[in-house]
Amino acid sequence: MAETHAHATEAGDDTTRRDILYIGTATFAAVGLARGVVWPLIHQMNPAENVKALASIEVDISQIPVGQQIKILWQGKAVFVRHRTANDIAKARADDTAADLKDTSNRPTDAERVVDDKGTSRPEILVLLGVCTHLGCVPLADRGDYDGWFCPCHGSHYDTAGRIRKGPAPANLVIPPYEFIEEFKIKIG
Amino acid sequence: MAHQSNYNPSNGFTKWMDERLPIIRLGYDSFVEFPNPRNLNYWWTFGAVLAVALIWQIVTGIVLAMHYTPTVEGAYASIEHIMRDVNYGWFLRYGHANGGAMFFLAVYIHMFRGLYYGSYKAPREVLWILGMLIYFLMMATGFLGYVLPWGQMSFWAATVITNFFDAIPWVGGSIKTLLLGGPAVAEPTLNRFYSLHYLLPFIIVGVVILHIWALHIPGSANPTGIEKKGPQDTLPFHPYFTVKDLFAVAVFATFFAWFLYFQPNAMGHPDNYIEANPLQTPPHIVPEWYYLPFYAILRSITFDIFFLKAQLLGVIAMFGSIVILFFLPWLDRSKVRSMRYRPVMRFFFILFVLDCFILGWVGANSPDVTVLGIEAKNIGLFSTFYYFAFFMIIMPVVGMMETPKPLPEGIHESVLARSGKGASKHADGDA
Repeated sequence: MAETHAHATEAGDDTTRRDILYIGTATFAAVGLARGVVWPLIHQMNPAENVKALASIEVDISQIPVGQQIKILWQGKAVFVRHRTANDIAKARADDTAADLKDTSNRPTDAERVVDDKGTSRPEILVLLGVCTHLGCVPLADRGDYDGWFCPCHGSHYDTAGRIRKGPAPANLVIPPYEFIEEFKIKIG
Repeated sequence: MAHQSNYNPSNGFTKWMDERLPIIRLGYDSFVEFPNPRNLNYWWTFGAVLAVALIWQIVTGIVLAMHYTPTVEGAYASIEHIMRDVNYGWFLRYGHANGGAMFFLAVYIHMFRGLYYGSYKAPREVLWILGMLIYFLMMATGFLGYVLPWGQMSFWAATVITNFFDAIPWVGGSIKTLLLGGPAVAEPTLNRFYSLHYLLPFIIVGVVILHIWALHIPGSANPTGIEKKGPQDTLPFHPYFTVKDLFAVAVFATFFAWFLYFQPNAMGHPDNYIEANPLQTPPHIVPEWYYLPFYAILRSITFDIFFLKAQLLGVIAMFGSIVILFFLPWLDRSKVRSMRYRPVMRFFFILFVLDCFILGWVGANSPDVTVLGIEAKNIGLFSTFYYFAFFMIIMPVVGMMETPKPLPEGIHESVLARSGKGASKHADGDA
């Protein structure tokens, strides 16, 4: 009897079936607590159903004069719908291959930036999220070195296609999901 | 507590209590009989100032919560209601808002004191780390509270700060959404910020208790940086330090009262008297003065390093500038605590304090402003470099290279030397 006991200790092999039960129970309890209690406590902070339900809006764009923009609130963020002049478009297209285009992965050419989700292209209508890609401020229109947008917070300059050209922002202004549902009506989201 | 308890319950009730819950003994040992180094100067009174400031913020905060409405529709109006209609509402709100700034002023003095006199060195590392944790919690609490009035500065501060998290690769976007409770700052954000702004001060109280506990194990450091050796080096906490602390609190409160009664908006921004508008960012957004140096560090990095984007680097630098403070006890290699006896380190310390002020100035101004032909953003970049170099290069290297001035034999001898009674016997390093 003493011999077997000594043997078990020497080998360092104290694992018994009871230990398996302990570990199994603890694991089960930990997983159950994580999924049943901890996750609900975290996930409650994520967007609620009513917030998610406000995902799309329809906007009448017939009243935007050429060369101006409207700002709409979509999902709590500003959206710019800009009625661009021929000059704006020409300037943006001429800069399609400019060396200071920092973000070449996010719809870099002007032609790509005016296509809706269904593939309709209307170069005079530019739809942008009015959220600076640096830290989220709303850029000001018709300002900055490229006559597009200028962010007052940390000095990012965007061109007439909403592409980042200068300043700390890492990416072009985002184009939200949108489509033309009538000639002068778009659905955002 | 670390020292022997000399409490003697004097009457029937205190004897009865002492055997059941020795809380009177704890108070006596900690705040009456506790032996403090006799040479503590007024820089050591800011702990008491901070304790009073924390209580003041909690008391005014609790009563403000009785009148405040945490909704997008009602928040801004409820602040105006507090200002115009609630009895003494103006006093409570200005007291709370300016009190927050005073709290930070006191904590910065307290931290610079710890830095100068080497209060973070062994055996006080945990004490220092707890202090840094309190400071970090204070910054979080201050930010959350700033959002509650739902003015333009509130809203855009919340937007900019939560966007820091967006810079984190892969998971940043999800973390941001989780914090905001939606795609942008809105009602769910305001509600949770209110809840957390109410919670965090009580967590701070908890950490403060640990901080004081950790303080009372070795006792306070002192201007000589030499440990107390016996009764000749100390005086009891009461009445010597209770009175000194109370005097400091009164002076500090007078300074605070000047702001509260005569300049209640001097440290605020006029834009926060415009209700939050998600479609319009104010032309010039800056944080409150006590965050400016960190804001300058955030903005100082405008270039990519390899695959790391400037935006992420800025956020890393900003958080890093706070995280590095936690490692101070191990970055400083010098055995001598007090910079009184470290002339080289004292020089770099003074530069560091100046550097913090310069960073504050940079944070308050547009990156394109020029001084003596130098753009603010370049000043910011250089100052950020010095900030990190101070901790990561100067502190370890000077600690190993520097020859300190001779230390006094003890606290007692140093006090006598300073008063001229033992000057010939012991040279004090403090010129």
